Amino acid sequence: MSSANTIVQLPDQSTAQLPRKHYLNQELGLKSWLLTGDHKRIAMLYLFSITFFFFIGGAFASLIRLQLLTPGSDLLAPDTYNKVFSMHGIVMIFLFLVPSVPATLGNFLIPIMIGAKDLAFPKINLLSWYLFVAGGLFILAAMILGGVDTGWTFTTPLSTHYLNTHVVTAALGIFIAGFASILTGLNFIVTIHRMRAPGMTWFRLPLFVWGHYAASILMVLGTPVLAITLVLVALERTIGIGVFDPTKGGDPLLFQHLFWFYSHPAVYIMILPGMAVISEVISTFSRKRIFGYTAVAFSSVAIAIFGFFVWEHHMFIMGVSNYSALVFSLLTMLVAVPSAIKIFNWSATLYKGSITFETPMLYAFGFLGLFTIGGLTGVFLGSMGMDVHLTETYFIVAHFHFVMVGGMLMAYLAGMHFWWPKITGRMYPEAISKLAAVVTFIGFIFTFFPQFILGYLGMPRRYASYPPEFQVLNVLSTAGASILAVGYLLPMLYMPWSLKYGKIAGNNPWQATGLEWQITSPPLTENFVETPIVDHEAYDYEWLANQTEHEVKTVG
Amino acid sequence: MSHPESQHGSMDLEHQEHHVVGPKVYLLIFFTLLVCTGLTTWVAFIDLGVLNPVIALAIACFKAGLVVLFFMHIHYSSKLLKLTVASGLFMFLVLITMTLSDYISRAWGLW
Ligand code: HEM
Ligand SMILES: [Cu+2]
Repeated sequence: MSSANTIVQLPDQSTAQLPRKHYLNQELGLKSWLLTGDHKRIAMLYLFSITFFFFIGGAFASLIRLQLLTPGSDLLAPDTYNKVFSMHGIVMIFLFLVPSVPATLGNFLIPIMIGAKDLAFPKINLLSWYLFVAGGLFILAAMILGGVDTGWTFTTPLSTHYLNTHVVTAALGIFIAGFASILTGLNFIVTIHRMRAPGMTWFRLPLFVWGHYAASILMVLGTPVLAITLVLVALERTIGIGVFDPTKGGDPLLFQHLFWFYSHPAVYIMILPGMAVISEVISTFSRKRIFGYTAVAFSSVAIAIFGFFVWEHHMFIMGVSNYSALVFSLLTMLVAVPSAIKIFNWSATLYKGSITFETPMLYAFGFLGLFTIGGLTGVFLGSMGMDVHLTETYFIVAHFHFVMVGGMLMAYLAGMHFWWPKITGRMYPEAISKLAAVVTFIGFIFTFFPQFILGYLGMPRRYASYPPEFQVLNVLSTAGASILAVGYLLPMLYMPWSLKYGKIAGNNPWQATGLEWQITSPPLTENFVETPIVDHEAYDYEWLANQTEHEVKTVG
Repeated sequence: MSHPESQHGSMDLEHQEHHVVGPKVYLLIFFTLLVCTGLTTWVAFIDLGVLNPVIALAIACFKAGLVVLFFMHIHYSSKLLKLTVASGLFMFLVLITMTLSDYISRAWGLW
């Protein structure tokens, strides 16, 4: 591509102005927010809520790391420790990671990227936020009333027979929040099918939209199974229906099958929207069309489909059939292929690109390295022999934090910085946010890399104490976590600061090609003054360069 | 506030021509369901060995099919909606068969 070798001139921002009217000041007052049908405002409601839950989850994480600073249970009693790690997992997975990118950036951007004025069902979108909040309140109630200590996995018969904590309340909260995610997925699928602007064919969609489409399929088809499973746990606990109870002809492993039928696809619900962000960021900051666009698009869908065929890899040591385990082990190896396709294509996109290192790109680089390590260690865990040694140790903890924190959270932050100018109309401060990205990366490595070694050496997960010889690596990990905390607190300070003091961004500060960059920042309530007609492929930088006026339609 | 429902593309989502189903059909389905429930109860008292759960499940599937096709209007809906329902069914089959791969071979022991 000819434009690939020119370093792009970012537009001069000294003359940029905020539009007079936009979605933030169209209507004012609390009611205009709580009853809004605007996908952009609902995205903001979600952003506030999940940030709140991220900090709750983060507080629990700090407690875990402080407890593990010393070998004995010095800070927390073992019972309390069980509650702390359970609530950390429940909050982070169901109330932060699952909605993180789709409910915020996805809600905000999908209609704009396809040239629509809103999602297909604005009221259902608002309903989804209310359900999310209701689910969150139940989970908060479970915590305040005394907590829950099943782990985020609600393992039977522990959860059904042996614990006296607030299992049912927490399960109900997850049940309700699950419907929020089903409705979001449904809305996205219908929107992407039916609301695309004229000329916006499937293969002109930005990869962000493809990633969300695949994640939506998983949300709609997987989450109901989780809902049913949690209802069964609640029924088993309250009236002893016996599906998971061997003395009544049930089987505790049936719970594992049902739970992981959702929860393995759920890890892709969490990562696919992150991959979606990375595609946009990498293309923009290397000024190239994503290499192998169709392969990346289809690999999202392949991940979504194959993701349903591997769940038993979480159950290898639980007494499942050896033959069945063999099949699932093989299928697990296959599911890593589409993820690898993406990594290769992103790397190929970088090749001979005009790369610049703005903050979103730094986070994206973090994603590439950390997700690759996380994914490859997943393949270790998927091979049955290795898994016997590594399962239920800190190796697993390291594996999934590499993919979920190193992968998804990095992608989330990449996306937040990338689209912040579009969402708020103002730039975040570049220097300090680059620092935050680097601090996050360093903190991450120190926190989670030692955990691979700990796990390999045999330190089990989910215990409040450990043999003294593991202390050095645990101290490293806790020290890393405090660096990581600084990395996350920094954006919490400078992002709000930038709302008032940030430079005014202008329509297209990154010279990116998506439709969202061709409208005002912040966008109008109806997004477009007139329905756009799409006549070019996604990531067409030549088209962008040929636009005589980048600052199109600053109608206020 | 904007009314995105009225924009291009979306309007036919909420105002798709609704096939009007008369009360007769609903009543017919309702009574079929009742009869099936009776049948399930009756069969449960006859000892047919392994066939008991098989018959109970077959009747239940038939009933679920009626509900989806008529009460949920899928019988009268577009191909896309039929495909959507079918994808749900397909996932359900995946859940059942892949889980059975464990239950069927669990007693085979080691290879
Ligand atoms: C890329 C290919 C991947 C493979 C082959 C893979 C494989 C595995 C395997 C085999 C396990 C089970 C280990 C055991 O229980 O003994 C596991 C656990 C886990 N994985 Fe992955 N994984 C992959 C990607 C991901 C991604 C993308 C995420 C999330 C974003 C993720 C999140 C998790 C979580 C949360 C667990 C632990 C569940 C628990 O027991 O609490 N994995 N992975
Ligand atoms: Cu898995």
